[in-house]
Amino acid sequence: MNHAIVAEHLSKRFDAVEAVSDISFTVDKGEIFGFLGPNGAGKTTTINILTGLARPDSGRFAIDGIDCTERPAKARYTIGVVPDESNLYPELTGFDNLCFCAALYGISKSEREPRASELLERFGLKDAANRRFGGYSKGMKRKLTIAAGIIHNPEILFLDEPTTGIDVASARQLRQLIAELCTGGTTIFLTTHYIEEAERLCQRISFIVSGRIVKIDTVESLLQPFQDRHVLRVACESAPHGIEDQLAKRFPGLVFHRPRTETISIEAESPIPAGAIVHFLEEQNIEVFEARRIKPSLEDVFVRITGIEADAMSMNNKKGVGS
Amino acid sequence: MKLWIAFCNILAKDMRTYYLKPPNISWGLIFPLAWTGMFFIRSGDQFSGIQYLLPGVVAISILFGTTSMLAVAVTFEKKQRSFERLLLAPIPLEVLMLAKTSGAILFGVANAFVPVIMAAFLTDLSGVSWGVFVPAVVMIAVASTFMGLFIAVAVSEVFEAQTFSNFFRFPMIFLCGLFFPISQLPVFLQPLSYALPLTYGVDMLHGSVHGNHSLPFMLDLSILGAYCIALFLLSLRNIRKNWIA
Repeated sequence: MNHAIVAEHLSKRFDAVEAVSDISFTVDKGEIFGFLGPNGAGKTTTINILTGLARPDSGRFAIDGIDCTERPAKARYTIGVVPDESNLYPELTGFDNLCFCAALYGISKSEREPRASELLERFGLKDAANRRFGGYSKGMKRKLTIAAGIIHNPEILFLDEPTTGIDVASARQLRQLIAELCTGGTTIFLTTHYIEEAERLCQRISFIVSGRIVKIDTVESLLQPFQDRHVLRVACESAPHGIEDQLAKRFPGLVFHRPRTETISIEAESPIPAGAIVHFLEEQNIEVFEARRIKPSLEDVFVRITGIEADAMSMNNKKGVGS
Repeated sequence: MKLWIAFCNILAKDMRTYYLKPPNISWGLIFPLAWTGMFFIRSGDQFSGIQYLLPGVVAISILFGTTSMLAVAVTFEKKQRSFERLLLAPIPLEVLMLAKTSGAILFGVANAFVPVIMAAFLTDLSGVSWGVFVPAVVMIAVASTFMGLFIAVAVSEVFEAQTFSNFFRFPMIFLCGLFFPISQLPVFLQPLSYALPLTYGVDMLHGSVHGNHSLPFMLDLSILGAYCIALFLLSLRNIRKNWIA
């Protein structure tokens, strides 16, 4: 039995909104499985169903081989959950928060105190151990929340948007910790809207849009169809409307897009004549700042499959629209 | 054993985080003291009147001490989502909610003895039947706490919890026989009095302190117990329905 999580035809509706619609997937033991989608796509609802905080309207799911559809509490010793908000107790210190979370799993004082100290050390929070959680920075809060999620050594960890809203250095540290947990044998179910993060961390990725899974595959397989494509991105001063049509007429066989007013994106099956394009633009009195060949990324795959611009997705999340 | 560890730690955390906070201790002391002072002074020189006021003052101290504290604590944790952490723990919901409510019950019992201690200095309490008084105090604390739980589950904001608590509490002061017998209420209000759990607890308190009570102690205790079970089960049902939807 290699599956840590099996979900079959899960659906969940909130009044008129179908939050999750007939989704099925499996997560292998020891892998980092990415659940990628914009806000309101159904990521958190899926986590809530799998962890027992919400009941599916239909479908079944199993955690570590235990059918949890009717009784999700059966697998609670096996799972750890890190919600999208750092929800520890602001009045308690970092150390006391970890000890309390361990006690919820019935871990005795003699075991939980050394475990809490070990995790504080590992997450770089040793010096803040006796400070109140309410006074922690956002990055520290996320770290302690993740530490609380693994205090009982769960086999499966659900991470909901672990790096949202924290600084670059803290996010980097957290990604390193997540990778270490996976190396240690923990299965990780990761929801994120940061495509790069998913690409770096996950072995397999599922794209979810409007409650439906539109694609599940390994990162390599998702990127494969794009490997033979050539992409050039030209940064220039604000080009006049219709410049992409002029370019298409001048360079037949190339596909031109304008993701932003100051960017022209060119795609082709064969190498792109960058110099000629730059020269053409300059002839039109458009100042070119940069022309860069782009390696196909998961972002391109995501945009192609879902039709959602990745930038728009990130902006949406930064604004905190929906959930 | 694992459940016991979880239970004790939830109780200890709540005591530390909510009930044993200095402002709360002072509230827990000042509030019953104020009630006690107000009513005892009103009784003038007739210190024997204190024995007739004591059951009402004890009941009101428990009622106000428990309902708002629990409703606010649970609503606050629900609001900041730390309650989810408890719901995700491998603890049966029944045990979890008993652990969450036990702090408020202890707080309510402690509140009850503030007026008792004060009364002990002013009048002779040797005639009090403590074997009835103490179970009555505990059962009133349990019923009031479970009422607070019921309120907490029904609202989503802390201020709503306070407002909703008062909606139940203030009528109870007049309807449950705290300071004057139910028989003196208008006839149309009397059925309402007997629909409120506090009536039965207060009847036990009156009986234990000065001997005047209208129902047998065991009947009072049984009805109060039935209210406690009903309120607890109803709250659990609402938690399952609304919070694990």
